[in-house]
Amino acid sequence: MTFPLALVLGAVALPAVSGLAAVALARRPALGQAAACALLCAGAAMGVAAAATALAGGAVESAALALRLDPLGACFLLPISIVSAAGAVYGLRYHPQREAGAAAIRLQLFYGLAVAGMALLVTASHGVVFLVGWEVMALANFVLVLTDHERREVQRAAFLYLAATHVGTLALFAVFALLRQAAGSYDFAAIAGLPAGAAGGTRLFLFALLGFGMKAGLMPLHFWLPPAHAASPSHVSALMSGVVVKTGLYGLLRVTGLLDAVPAWWGVALLAAGAVSAVLGVALALAQHDLKRLLAYHTVENVGIIALGAGLALLGRARGEPALVLLGLAGAALHVVNHALFKSLLFLGVGAIQHATGSRELDRLGGLARGMRATTVLFALGAAAIAGLPPLNGFVSEWLVYLGFLGVLGRGDHLAFAAIGAPLLALVGGLAAACFAKVVGVAFLGTPRTPAAAGAHEPPPAMLAPMAALAALCAAIGLAPFAVVPPLARAAAAWARLDPAALAGPAAQAAGSAARVSLVAAALLAVAAGAWAFRRRRLAARPPAAPVETWSCGFSAPTPRIQYTGSSFAELLLSRFSWTVPVQTEGAPPRGPFPAAAAYRTHVPDPVLDEALVPTARAYGWLAGRARLLNLRRIQLQMLLVLATLVAALAWGFVW
Amino acid sequence: MPWLADLVFILVVVIDLFLLASSRLGAAIRTVAIQGALLGTLPLLLLEERHSLGHALVLAVGALAIKGLFIPWLMFRAIREASIRREMEPIVGFVPSMVLGGAGVALAFAFSGGLPIPNGAGHPYLVPAALSTVWCGLLLIVSRKKAVNQVLGFLVLENGVFVFGLLLSDFMPIMVEAGVLLDLFAAVFVMGIVMFHINREFSSLDTEKLSALRD
Amino acid sequence: MTLRTLFHLALLLALPPLLVGIVNRTKAIVAGRRGPPLLQAYFDLAKLLRKGAVYSRTTSWVFRAGPVLGLAAIASAGLLLSMGGAPSLVAFGGDFVLFAYLLGLARFVTALAALDTGSPFEGMGAAREVTFASLAEPAMFLCLLVLARATGSLSLTGMLGPALPGAWGHSAPALVLAAIGLFVVALAENSRIPVDDPNTHLELTMIHEVMVLDHGGPDLAFILYGASMKLFLFGAILSRLVFGHGEGALAAELLFLAGILAFAVGIGLVESSMARLRMIRVPQLLVGASVLSAFALVLLLR
Repeated sequence: MTFPLALVLGAVALPAVSGLAAVALARRPALGQAAACALLCAGAAMGVAAAATALAGGAVESAALALRLDPLGACFLLPISIVSAAGAVYGLRYHPQREAGAAAIRLQLFYGLAVAGMALLVTASHGVVFLVGWEVMALANFVLVLTDHERREVQRAAFLYLAATHVGTLALFAVFALLRQAAGSYDFAAIAGLPAGAAGGTRLFLFALLGFGMKAGLMPLHFWLPPAHAASPSHVSALMSGVVVKTGLYGLLRVTGLLDAVPAWWGVALLAAGAVSAVLGVALALAQHDLKRLLAYHTVENVGIIALGAGLALLGRARGEPALVLLGLAGAALHVVNHALFKSLLFLGVGAIQHATGSRELDRLGGLARGMRATTVLFALGAAAIAGLPPLNGFVSEWLVYLGFLGVLGRGDHLAFAAIGAPLLALVGGLAAACFAKVVGVAFLGTPRTPAAAGAHEPPPAMLAPMAALAALCAAIGLAPFAVVPPLARAAAAWARLDPAALAGPAAQAAGSAARVSLVAAALLAVAAGAWAFRRRRLAARPPAAPVETWSCGFSAPTPRIQYTGSSFAELLLSRFSWTVPVQTEGAPPRGPFPAAAAYRTHVPDPVLDEALVPTARAYGWLAGRARLLNLRRIQLQMLLVLATLVAALAWGFVW
Repeated sequence: MPWLADLVFILVVVIDLFLLASSRLGAAIRTVAIQGALLGTLPLLLLEERHSLGHALVLAVGALAIKGLFIPWLMFRAIREASIRREMEPIVGFVPSMVLGGAGVALAFAFSGGLPIPNGAGHPYLVPAALSTVWCGLLLIVSRKKAVNQVLGFLVLENGVFVFGLLLSDFMPIMVEAGVLLDLFAAVFVMGIVMFHINREFSSLDTEKLSALRD
Repeated sequence: MTLRTLFHLALLLALPPLLVGIVNRTKAIVAGRRGPPLLQAYFDLAKLLRKGAVYSRTTSWVFRAGPVLGLAAIASAGLLLSMGGAPSLVAFGGDFVLFAYLLGLARFVTALAALDTGSPFEGMGAAREVTFASLAEPAMFLCLLVLARATGSLSLTGMLGPALPGAWGHSAPALVLAAIGLFVVALAENSRIPVDDPNTHLELTMIHEVMVLDHGGPDLAFILYGASMKLFLFGAILSRLVFGHGEGALAAELLFLAGILAFAVGIGLVESSMARLRMIRVPQLLVGASVLSAFALVLLLR
């Protein structure tokens, strides 16, 4: 048993048992929760160490235990460990066992199990082990979503999640059955190198897209995501958005990476799915006013961006372009890590808001920066990161995907048309920046719109520390992108089963460009610091004036109600997108010269869930109701019906 | 001068995209007239040694007269009768129709190289420009509410067909080309009569009102 | 750091307010007036830097940091730009993506500073600004992609460098369409007519002006300087794109300077001859510019 292998086993086993500590110490809730948290953090630390070892060059494997951690899996194990540890520390004060009792014990038990399941599936090298990890994660997540099970919408969201994840698992059974049929064994080592046509070709890819895409939240399979992520507690949402959906992408990458002779249309299909998810995800996110649903739709958008990178990498493998493979997979893998970091930061921030004000409705907040200074800074950092603004990490991964798209531009064949993805990504980036300007501006800036928002206070340090750690990591990756390029190149080589030397040229070029990005980022910070110092000197020369009301072109008594709301902010953009994002408004407009009361509500139905699935389910229910008429009263008639069906089946069997 | 013909083709496509975006009837009619006049210069620009100058000259003058002058004059008379100047938001919306038009143009330019059309090698932009113009004309017909705009869409469609016809001018005698122009003239004449009757019945040229007719 | 690079750095820092002066003078002359002095913008900046600032009770550190970060972002974007055909200070493959996103960062922090005041006018300006900017981004990227494909380079230095005259030889129509698209994007990003009116007094018709309503003193100076620098950046790209034919360094630099001044005069003429578009027509204009640039790209790709 080598030390790295022990690290991997620890990363799987310790979180699994961490919940038991909470159960065992149920009578001493504070100690129990702290022990569980410590166990989970220990497991997470081992996971980080194992991932770092794998990324540094050596894959960690054990054939006997059917485990193999290669650089690609390490890119996924890293966020799993970091986000789970951050969430556990956050939960110490957000969901304390002292107050929540049995619900908190249940949460910690299944939180640990979910983390263990995920760690197992990214290190599995055997199909059955993979599926075991997958199911453990899925079922544990179901229980986690049901934490506040007294509420109606939580029950509904959990049921939707369960139904969706099991449809996906069914598709995965098909995928692994097809692979076994072609390779003779479930072992990944045996499957590696199979030509895609022999392994089931189109059927395999479609099942994989269905199963893994359902978990990842690719459109149109995203419908379970917003309700589930909005219904769970914030650190669970952070785990789900940050890492659970990434396991779907891991599965997709792993299955397509094991096969050889991948057809080009697989890459094009993934590119198309990614583009649709990205654009529609961010458009739907703009229309939301519940903070958690908004963040959930942004997860759909970012999964789309990762799928764009993965599609480029697949296209590169199909066309034999090492540069495209490197840039596509590096962008996708880095965005997996980045998104996990800043999405969990944002969800933890929303949890802090909910903890402080009791609401996560955007138009009931406002002016939170006054009472929650640190949270504002951290949330604004996360918002800038998710909008892809330099010098933070979101920009680096999106830039790598851009480089992938630009790489095809110089070609002479039809592949060059894929470069249309670059302006599309620019549109997505612009819309994301607009959406987060809205969120930060309406929630944290301005004046409080309700008394609850006015009374907001800073969350306790146990909640702030994980957020600060995540923000620091975001800034670190953004300021030093050249450091992450070599490990990503190794991950790309491991995924495509290429010799690392083949990718060395493009990797060196990307690293050199990344170093210059750091240079510009440093220049940005230097100029900003200089301008700030200059401004202070100029202002110090004059006596400071007393603060006044906002001028606003001469309002003498402004109220919080005159500020722009989130819906107003987004309305101009959404009117452009009204053919995909139908916003339903309802309310009573003010009447008369002295209106007494008025109401205005906007609601955006999810296009897949509310426009397609629910009506279909309703129609099916109606049909089933009609079929009950066949439930005839007399038992003799029932028997006659059974006999008639049997005769018809036999006749069909004979005729055909 | 082959690059001049390529320039005309590009201008024709740019005019198509502009038409998808314009909401003012006067500007749209003038733009279609300019497109017709541009197309009138094409037979002279595509002239090669073995074609007769007289044939090309007749075609050019005919296209210029009918497409560039006569039909726009008819259209202006029609809208003066109905006294409308602006298009309301069309069924598809300006932005989606621009995006759809742009997508069609991109597809036409990307994949027309694979089409087995003879004689297209000399001018690589001819077939894609014709396909794009036909596509934009169809989009205009389908997505606009006012009858006048639909007639404009039909004119653009005919322009696209005209460009295709230039491709085959080696093999087709003058009679077929004249037939195309005559057909265009007749269609616009009939549509003018129809518009007159719609206007008289509803005092407006909004084709949505036609759905109010019942048996 | 050659002499030429130093000259370009000096241009980046010193020339932008002059462009604003030229635009205003052109508009005044077309309107039949004499107009303000060409150096008026410099005097305004000096005056603002001498003043103190009054802050609202509603605002926080975001309001004070916004102008500083915005100016820093635009100045850093200037480091990436290649002027007069010479290499830029920092150049690498894909640097125009960083260029566009740095301008996006400036816009983001300005919008946040606007929302910090809690005023409905600033909120309105911020909403409009981010809307139109997100529609202008694809257009700018498409125009830069046309340049990239025509010159075969992925860096701004290569796109605007020695390969450009050759690219005009074989891709002239596409480059003309891209230049038109880039001009429309420049009008939108710098809040000029027909997208926005920098001289209007009606807050309901403003976009950029209303976002900076509550800033004063050095903060306003930073914002105005940053805005003029952004105008300079777009002018530099367009000048090099349209007039990039000079043989030899001195001719190239003189043409470049002439091009930027012509760009400023052109903006003044456009502002004098057109009215501002209705708000719902602005997205159509920007999508039209995108479609035009996409068509130019398709012409090159086939």
